[in-house]
Amino acid sequence: MKRYRSFFVYALAALGFFALEPALAQETADAAVKRTSQELLQIIRADPKVQAGDQARIREVVEAKVFPNIDFERMTSLAMGRNWRAANPEQQKRLIEEFRTLLVRTYSGALAQYRDQKMDYKPLRAEPNATDVTVRTEVLRPGQAPVQIDYSMTRTQEGWKAYDIIVGGVSLVTNYRDEFSEQIKTAGVDGLIKTLAAKNKGTGST
Amino acid sequence: MKLHSFTIAFAVLLLSACASTGGRVNADPLEPFNRTMYAIHEPLDENVVKPIAQAYLDYTPRPVRTAVHNFFGNIEDFFSGFNGLLQGKLDKAGHDFGRVMVNSGFGLLGLIDIASDADIPRGGEDFGQTFGHWGIAQGPYLFIPLLGPSSFRDGTGLAIRIAASPILYIPAWEVRTVLEILGPVDLRASLIGTTALVEQAALDRYTFIRRSYLQRRQYEVYDGQPPPEAKDE
Repeated sequence: MKRYRSFFVYALAALGFFALEPALAQETADAAVKRTSQELLQIIRADPKVQAGDQARIREVVEAKVFPNIDFERMTSLAMGRNWRAANPEQQKRLIEEFRTLLVRTYSGALAQYRDQKMDYKPLRAEPNATDVTVRTEVLRPGQAPVQIDYSMTRTQEGWKAYDIIVGGVSLVTNYRDEFSEQIKTAGVDGLIKTLAAKNKGTGST
Repeated sequence: MKLHSFTIAFAVLLLSACASTGGRVNADPLEPFNRTMYAIHEPLDENVVKPIAQAYLDYTPRPVRTAVHNFFGNIEDFFSGFNGLLQGKLDKAGHDFGRVMVNSGFGLLGLIDIASDADIPRGGEDFGQTFGHWGIAQGPYLFIPLLGPSSFRDGTGLAIRIAASPILYIPAWEVRTVLEILGPVDLRASLIGTTALVEQAALDRYTFIRRSYLQRRQYEVYDGQPPPEAKDE
């Protein structure tokens, strides 16, 4: 009886998994942004540790909720620009890792600042079979000018993923492209990796 | 009066310098000079300006800070309206002048931002954006200690804005002095979160601030719809 029940549970879980897969693949880009940010806002509002500003917990939430929806490889390669092809696969792997860590820390820090925000989602203007779209949102904060946040998104096998975030007209990828190329110019790709790693350990001086 | 003719001469000089730099050019030809300016700015900000702004945030009740912020915002709205007119954006200018009238009258000289509660949007225009709208390029990037990132074009706009500041013309020197100090403190305090973010995100703060600034200004000149930039190089 017990065995039978556990089989049943597994079967259900498997069914659920397979049922979920096509649903995610069919989800539109703006729906993906909306789902992610709403889940995130819900946790921010409800989680007492996040409310208390517990950085470790905020990072955990960002890792679990936000980062599965970001295409870090694409983001890193775009920020590297033409230097991407000059880096060997091992360097590329390290770059993606370090850039990812830097973004977790930055994003978590920014998140701690924006608590009482409201999101406004603009209608998506894109062809139904487009593989690259921009989702436009606006963050409304009481007593302050709204901040426009756009997500450049690409369709992957695991659903839509963001590869650039543009906050108030400032593109993350464009900003880091300058930063990366400057580091590479003076110290090469390994120099950039070293700088990123030092920054992530909290020892990097800028 | 002397100040005015100086400002105008300065403006003409800078603008003509901008006009001659067309096409795709190095945005920061003065980088060595600017980096020196940044090296002067950073310790000044870190040790003097930022602690004052932080103390202001820590020891001033929020309603007071909001009123101060609204007061200066009201003056900015007036200039935004004026620049909206210069750019032929009549609806924006209408909103801004409407805001100024409502907030100056019913909002006690701008201390209360009634217009925002009534959902009258801010134009957010300034002289630099007006020049940009007229087709004048940024010109060389400039980092000005204490004032922050700028450019020949935007710096010219800022010079005009400062020279035209109504606060400079307040006859009672005590009031004038208080407002001249309070304005920058309010501005720096509103940027505390942003500078913390830059510190966290940047590998090199100078480059990070420069690129953010130039992107942001491009976005503002085009009212949030800048022409797309190629992502792949």
